Amino acid sequence: MLKILKYTFADLIRSRWSYVYLAFYLILGFVLLFLNNDLSKAVITLMNIIVVLTPMIGTIFGIMYFYSAREFTELLLAQPLKRSTIFIGQYLGIALSLSFSLLVGLGIPFLAYGVARSSEIWDFGLLLGVGAFLTFIFVALSVNIALRNENRVKGFGYAILLWLFMAVIYDGLFMISLVMFDDYPLDKFSLVVSVLNPVDLSRILILLKLDISALLGYTGALFQNFFGNGWGMFTSLSMLFLWSLLPVKLLVRTARRKDF
Amino acid sequence: MIRIDNLHKQFGKLKVLDGVTFQVESGGVVAVLGPNGSGKTTILKTILGMVLPDKGEAFFQSNSILKQWDYRKEIGYLPQIARFPENLTVQELIDMVKNIRSVEASEEQLIQRFGLKGFLDKKLSNLSGGTRQKVNIVLAFMFDSPLQILDEPTAGLDPVSLIRLKELIREQKEKGKTLLITTHIMSLVEELSDEIIFLLEGKIYFQGTVSQLLEQTHQVNLEHAIAKILENHA
Amino acid sequence: MRLRNLAILYFLILPFFVRASPVATIRVCKDCEVRTITQGLEAASAHDTVLIEKGTYEGVALEIRKPVTLMGKEGAILDGKSQSYILRILSDSVNVSGLTLINAGRSYTRDYAAIYLSRVKHFSIINNVIRDPFFGILIEKSHKGIISGNLVTSNRIREDDSGNGVHAWHCSGLTIRNNELSGLRDGIYLEFVEQSSIEDNNSHNNIRYGLHFMFSNHDKYLRNIFRENGAGVAVMFSKFIEMKENRFVQNWGTASYGLLLKEIYDAEVEGNTFHENTIGIFIEGSTRINYTGNHLERNGWAIKVSGGCYLNIFSANNFLSNSFDVSYNTKMNDNRFEGNYWSGYSGYDIDKDGVGDVPYRPVKLFSYIVNKTPENIILLRSLFVDIINFSEKVSPVFTPDDLIDNTPAMKRLDYDQNR
Repeated sequence: MLKILKYTFADLIRSRWSYVYLAFYLILGFVLLFLNNDLSKAVITLMNIIVVLTPMIGTIFGIMYFYSAREFTELLLAQPLKRSTIFIGQYLGIALSLSFSLLVGLGIPFLAYGVARSSEIWDFGLLLGVGAFLTFIFVALSVNIALRNENRVKGFGYAILLWLFMAVIYDGLFMISLVMFDDYPLDKFSLVVSVLNPVDLSRILILLKLDISALLGYTGALFQNFFGNGWGMFTSLSMLFLWSLLPVKLLVRTARRKDF
Repeated sequence: MIRIDNLHKQFGKLKVLDGVTFQVESGGVVAVLGPNGSGKTTILKTILGMVLPDKGEAFFQSNSILKQWDYRKEIGYLPQIARFPENLTVQELIDMVKNIRSVEASEEQLIQRFGLKGFLDKKLSNLSGGTRQKVNIVLAFMFDSPLQILDEPTAGLDPVSLIRLKELIREQKEKGKTLLITTHIMSLVEELSDEIIFLLEGKIYFQGTVSQLLEQTHQVNLEHAIAKILENHA
Repeated sequence: MRLRNLAILYFLILPFFVRASPVATIRVCKDCEVRTITQGLEAASAHDTVLIEKGTYEGVALEIRKPVTLMGKEGAILDGKSQSYILRILSDSVNVSGLTLINAGRSYTRDYAAIYLSRVKHFSIINNVIRDPFFGILIEKSHKGIISGNLVTSNRIREDDSGNGVHAWHCSGLTIRNNELSGLRDGIYLEFVEQSSIEDNNSHNNIRYGLHFMFSNHDKYLRNIFRENGAGVAVMFSKFIEMKENRFVQNWGTASYGLLLKEIYDAEVEGNTFHENTIGIFIEGSTRINYTGNHLERNGWAIKVSGGCYLNIFSANNFLSNSFDVSYNTKMNDNRFEGNYWSGYSGYDIDKDGVGDVPYRPVKLFSYIVNKTPENIILLRSLFVDIINFSEKVSPVFTPDDLIDNTPAMKRLDYDQNR
């Protein structure tokens, strides 16, 4: 598996798209810092967009690479390798190279602005961590879509739809149900619903950092418990971890049953 | 060497294999023939474990290949369409496959033979179809595998390379290797194959030597024989 | 500057004063002639000083009925034996300084205090330490006094079981300065207190409020720090209050706030910093208040306006990275926002005059939704929320459509952050 990972990674690191993403993050980092001219504010702005951006890039890139690496995959399938080895290796290769782009692309501008010596370093670290988690999760989901859809246009469509659903539509439905049922106790419901979507989960991790003042304004004891102490951070992180394993498991199952 | 037992495979609504059973003994060249869409590639891919049968089983050296993968180190495969990871160079690709298999390989001599020396540092995305096919050949033959599966090995080759490929296949045969080939070039079949498996509508229509087929169809050459079968069938 | 001049003057004059007047100093210590404070007080004539040497002395309801100075040397401790008051000051012109007061009594029926003053004038309570009292310094119907440099600490958890640090009732002309108050019910509590000034105090970790104002007019509080209290400052039913250059930090909790203004008229809120409070400023039924040059950063709600607030003007404030800048519970608006800096502002400034060319709308649809169904808070910073906020911005339906800052600042306004 390490070999596959290595070659996928090497292949990707040399591909034009990796550079495009790296450049994208670099530019994003510098532009944010330039516009805000303030490290703390740039980190906050970045936190706002990272939960939407990394899933999108993960999804699109994951599905694009997987379709274009179809031949590579076939070449590997004819070799004495287990299928799970091949697909997990490729998945990790994509996810790692994307996370690498994220880390380097955002790391350079922020380090240049002295984030390492500032109090924002923990927030910035959390931000990169959440970005990496989301990258892994959404690459895995998009590889699943690619495996189940031979038709590239269709697969691409589904992938975008998945992102749109997770990032926007889900929250819309969530809000509508909260407003519709506001006569009932909703705190348990809302915690469960947000934990079921990795984008919301990451958003909560970021809320815990940025908006703790507002979150603590809510009356429910459950919220208070969840947000008030280490509980929220712990639960969210472990759920995020779980979330990054499940699609991989699904991926292995799908791959095992597929014809090439 | 290979035993296929009552193989069924359907892609969506399309029934590709409908109860295929045959056996290939060790040593010699076996040509798998049939019209387009008759399931030749599907059979080859089933042997490689790339396509999973709906029903039936495939055996390699009397072991079922189901859920196995290690047996593939005994098989060299030349896929129909020669496309590779675009960002690697030829040398890197060869090294990679060697690395994955981690067994002795003799690519030097093959590179020489097909004149690929000058292309080793080129990226695969910059190669012509014919050159890619040569790379494909090197990858398939560079290991000393007892079974070679060649899916349309002649695609895109120039005449010189075609001759070299034929030589190569002949040498392998003499070494006692088993070669499973699909092709549309009948001369290649006539020249090289010891046995023919003819597929029609997902079933085996004929299995035997070239001369047996000619005899059966009362034709003078293979091309006509096959045309005759198809005509009769239509 | 003035303070230092005064001090120099004081020390220059002091020797003459001491020599010239018939004032005596009575020492109290374990081996002295005078061994208890009661004896010391009895021995003293008007304007004498009772100097208490290091040591622990019994101090149960010591009454001071003449104008004396009670001065403790370092390590002078009065032990109240957990019974009732420690010091009861019932005379004008009493000064108490340098004492440590412990074990004052506690009661659910009587307001026991470490230092109690009633109907007196011209007093000073300076540099005392009061540990774990019920009430720290309780002042009734007294006028013209200084409470300065005292440390009052407790570690109570329940409101009904704790008293206030400095509690003044029907007083005027007080100066409460440089005190540190923590772990109490309210750090400072003022009811019917006029013409008083509360400066440079540090009131933190109190159960209810850092500072609590009721029915008190013409007062000012300046440069105080209110950190991690149940709520920072509650100002209720008062007029003509000046609130300047205070810091309100991390006052967290359900409906907790840095500053509550309830039924307040004609006040100035200027140059304060509100940092990470659940609600920065919570305004209810308050009118004619100017909010100028305040710095509101990373609060849950920077400003929450709830019913019946008229003619308030918010100008030249910084609103930085608050979860919600302004929240209204009505569609009515009679307040003005002008020339503030909003970190959420995304407009442009083509003519480069430092003022954004597009107005800013600080009330978001999402804040309206959270008001209706608080659980929605969990959707904060969702892309979906951004989208609905944007659509509301384009055509306001639920939020006051005249609530606009027409001259938003392009750059954060520079105020001294370290004052």
